[in-house]
Amino acid sequence: MEIPYTVSTRPDTGLWNAMVGIWLFLASEVMLFGGLFSAYIFLRLDAPPGMWPHGLLNVPVGTMNTAILIMSSVTVVLAWAALKMRKYRAYWWYMLATILCGVIFLTVKLVYEWPQKFDHFGAYIKPEELGKYEQYLGNEHAAAKGLPPRLEITGHLHNRAALNDPNIKDYEVALDPLNADPTSPAMDRPHFFYMPPTDKIAKIEKEDVQYATMFLPKHSAYFASYFTITGLHGMHVLGGVLVFIYMWLPVSKRLYQRNPEHLANRVEVAGLFWHFVDLIWIFVFPLFYLL
Amino acid sequence: MNNPPDVSQDPKEYEEYAHNVQKHVRGYLMVGGLLLAFTAITVALSYVDFGARKANIAVAMFVATLKAGLVAAIFMHLAAEKRLIYRILIFTGFFVFGLFWLIFLAWYDYPVFH
Repeated sequence: MEIPYTVSTRPDTGLWNAMVGIWLFLASEVMLFGGLFSAYIFLRLDAPPGMWPHGLLNVPVGTMNTAILIMSSVTVVLAWAALKMRKYRAYWWYMLATILCGVIFLTVKLVYEWPQKFDHFGAYIKPEELGKYEQYLGNEHAAAKGLPPRLEITGHLHNRAALNDPNIKDYEVALDPLNADPTSPAMDRPHFFYMPPTDKIAKIEKEDVQYATMFLPKHSAYFASYFTITGLHGMHVLGGVLVFIYMWLPVSKRLYQRNPEHLANRVEVAGLFWHFVDLIWIFVFPLFYLL
Repeated sequence: MNNPPDVSQDPKEYEEYAHNVQKHVRGYLMVGGLLLAFTAITVALSYVDFGARKANIAVAMFVATLKAGLVAAIFMHLAAEKRLIYRILIFTGFFVFGLFWLIFLAWYDYPVFH
């Protein structure tokens, strides 16, 4: 039996069926991401002063990924327009560009951004011991400037065994620029370019530490929401790429030869999903990278 | 900037049709360029001190909403869609509003730790 209304419109809705289907699906996606974004707002409003980090993500890389997603949104709509004009060759190239954009986005996330975080260390100092580490925190300077208090020392952990070995009494940390020179006015605000940890090593006694971990979801509400939202978003990108690959392979050329409008409609529906994924990223990028 | 019309089987009409789609393509490219420009603006504005972090967040969210509006209206063709789609989205909007309203309610329900 043939599936009805894949190309022609249904008289009562005025739409072909997949169009209604994808919008119902996107409506459910809005609720899915809406739940996570409202959790983000709630966690952020509830974060005590100094407990919502800034400037820990790589802004140029995030900006580049944003641009890549926007360009892929353009290429997918061009691919669809090419099909509408019955130019299969152009469609094939635009689709390939879209797939490549998606793959680059995911590669940057999984090979560069996330592993860099997993390799970064942070130690929250006990409130009563903060004074002992004033040379790394510069809280007097921060208070004088009206900046939020600094409760955490971050950088590259030299003795990684310290995380699990109770016999090791302190963490040896190659300090991030902020902790290496906390009273410098240049450190008052996050920088556009990523600044790697310095050569300055600090010994932080475990007894003075309230909580220490790599930048994993358990590090803070910030990283928990960052990994959850970007992870779910990444899975959407992956899903979109897989669908586009199917539409790009020879199997879809056969559909094109049989019924070009059917393939155009499939691309339109997959494109709607792709634009939605782009739309989510438009909010994710400033919320986590910039603010 | 609406959806291109459906392709015609008549070769003469097809010429005109292809020309029409081509016009839409120019629009899509312009919107893409605009979105890239807005991205640069978002990044630049985040390094401007508007006095309070809340102000920076408001500015960034305003630009993000503009961008999202462009994507939805042009790329997703919501500027001219069938009535049924708008109906689905009105329901979605209502429930999303409810979801975010819950934060507001929960906030004032919170025991006084602050």
